[in-house]
Amino acid sequence: MNTLILRTVAPVITALMLLFSVFVLLRGHNEPGGGFIGGLIAASALAIFGIAHGPGAVQRAIRFHPMAIAGAGLALAAVSGLVSIAAGVPFMSGLWIYPDILGTEVPLSTVISFDIGVYLVVVGSVTAIALALETEPDGGAGEGEGGG
Amino acid sequence: MASPSTPVDLAAAMVTTAPALADWLVILPTALMILSGAALMMIRKSVRLHAVIAIAALALLVLIDALLLWQVSSNGPVTMTMGGWLPPFGISFTADMFGAVMALVSALAALSAAVYSLRDIDTSGLRHGFFAFLLLLMAGVSGAFLTGDIFNLYVWFEVLLISSFGLLILGSEPKQIEGALKYAILNLIGTTLFLITVGYLYAIFGTLNMADIARKAGALRGVTENAPPLMTLSALFVLAFCMKAAAFPVNFWLPASYHTPRITVSALFGGLLTKVGIYALIRVTIMLLPVEREAISLVIAASAVLTMILGALGALAQNDLRRMVGYVVIVGIGNMLAGVAIGSSTSVSGAILYALHSIVTMTALYLVIGEAGRLAGTFELSRLGGLWRRAPWFSAASLALMLAAAGLPPLSGLWPKVMLLKASLDIGAWWLAAAILVSAFLVTLTLARTFLLAYWRPAPGGESEAVAATDWHSTLPIGLLAALTVFFGIYPEPLLAISQAAADGLADPSAYIRSVFPEGAAP
Repeated sequence: MNTLILRTVAPVITALMLLFSVFVLLRGHNEPGGGFIGGLIAASALAIFGIAHGPGAVQRAIRFHPMAIAGAGLALAAVSGLVSIAAGVPFMSGLWIYPDILGTEVPLSTVISFDIGVYLVVVGSVTAIALALETEPDGGAGEGEGGG
Repeated sequence: MASPSTPVDLAAAMVTTAPALADWLVILPTALMILSGAALMMIRKSVRLHAVIAIAALALLVLIDALLLWQVSSNGPVTMTMGGWLPPFGISFTADMFGAVMALVSALAALSAAVYSLRDIDTSGLRHGFFAFLLLLMAGVSGAFLTGDIFNLYVWFEVLLISSFGLLILGSEPKQIEGALKYAILNLIGTTLFLITVGYLYAIFGTLNMADIARKAGALRGVTENAPPLMTLSALFVLAFCMKAAAFPVNFWLPASYHTPRITVSALFGGLLTKVGIYALIRVTIMLLPVEREAISLVIAASAVLTMILGALGALAQNDLRRMVGYVVIVGIGNMLAGVAIGSSTSVSGAILYALHSIVTMTALYLVIGEAGRLAGTFELSRLGGLWRRAPWFSAASLALMLAAAGLPPLSGLWPKVMLLKASLDIGAWWLAAAILVSAFLVTLTLARTFLLAYWRPAPGGESEAVAATDWHSTLPIGLLAALTVFFGIYPEPLLAISQAAADGLADPSAYIRSVFPEGAAP
């Protein structure tokens, strides 16, 4: 799949899909969408980038190891639930704050942070699988890349 | 935006009072395990920190579970419902005596295995996330024991299953991949069957909350026109959980896979995973669908007898110690199934006691085998020998654990067997009693032969090359678990009282239901 067309277009598609995945994530609060599907879109964006430029390029682009990203998401989701202890409500209750940012009231909640956690878990784990599948087995790496 | 424009009466749908601080004990085991597992995933490169964090988290888990057990035994079942929604709409976590004591004992077993793993798991295993998988496995196990929602139980089954896949292939040897494939496919079939059955249950009951199911089942049984197919439902549940628990004839995945991973992983699996299946079986058949269980008790009893006898014969036939212990685990499952099949108060408390005993001894037995194999450099019985001379204290602990696993006095294996025998003779099922005795005899034979050959016999081919002697990584966990079996063998009263209370709570779940629905047991 190492064609010139794909290699040229892949970064653009990846950027667009990543942006769209964040849109789907935030939209999911009241409409169809959410962390899971947003995470899948982001993971497919990274997978396309990986197909065009190799898993090494994806690894450099996301800086952290995919499993570390998934771990961070899991921790964020768990913490979103545990915030309830401080507020004196049962586990996983939705808690809201309404800070005033630049004159606009922005509703923030543990629901959103939980969903961001789900997003990160899905991005991390699916990307880890995709990168493992895209990585050539030992010894075959050179021929695989020259084949296009 | 900050407040809704029209006032809504939240009390109709949501919990409006703050939960008691003690209620958090039912959530904390799972939350702690998930959080610490996630932390280990984030610091995957710093493998030195993994063991420290994991063992600290598991020690904390033991403490929390002990507090939870204390809370449950003094104040009755503890419930917390997620998100503040009123049950049955919110997902409830409910800990009764049965769930709390299983969670505590499995946390102890996991802590022991984690200490043992300090030597058993190499750096490559650590880098592949051994401790992260271990903590997430414990999140699944604790969640399964403490949840009060049957769909949530399925979710925890999946969590522990996925973590167990990771643990099983640690090391990526071809033999492990083969074992993991068999394990994965058969367990996925089992959990899928469980999921289908849960869907079926939802269609019949319209609820997934276990307390809600328990209080609605009586009314549904009274319906005569278009009677709900509760019988089918319970048969499907029994099949699905028997697959998880490794009961004959759906247990061939266990001997095919449990000897392949690292010995710590085998210890965790043999100690915990099959017991989660037994836990779910007891929870569903004894508490939720007792009348339907009665109707298929003969089938369960037949499966129990075959599991015991074939497991014991399988154990006797093995030359590889790890395979042998796998079959000993299966014999225990047969004993617990016998308790479920009889279904009386004595037999259920016997089955619960057996499960607790089995978590401790099976974990310990795998660790003992691992240590013996490490000292002698082989797991083959025909080549083992001379262990008594090399490590007398370790050998004494091994002997205690082997006798406990065989069910001989004065160790913890005796009491559940006595209770199961008494319960089966009470209902005149002499053949069930005979099967329990014959399988115990065969297991005694197997383990005595192991001890005779591996410990007492002089090492064949003279003293082998020097291997590092046992140190605290192995003596501490094995010693702790052996001390537990000896202590509860000689002084079983507290454990007997706990398992009796657990069985009573299952036979009459009104306290469980009241904990979820304070307004009353009637729907």
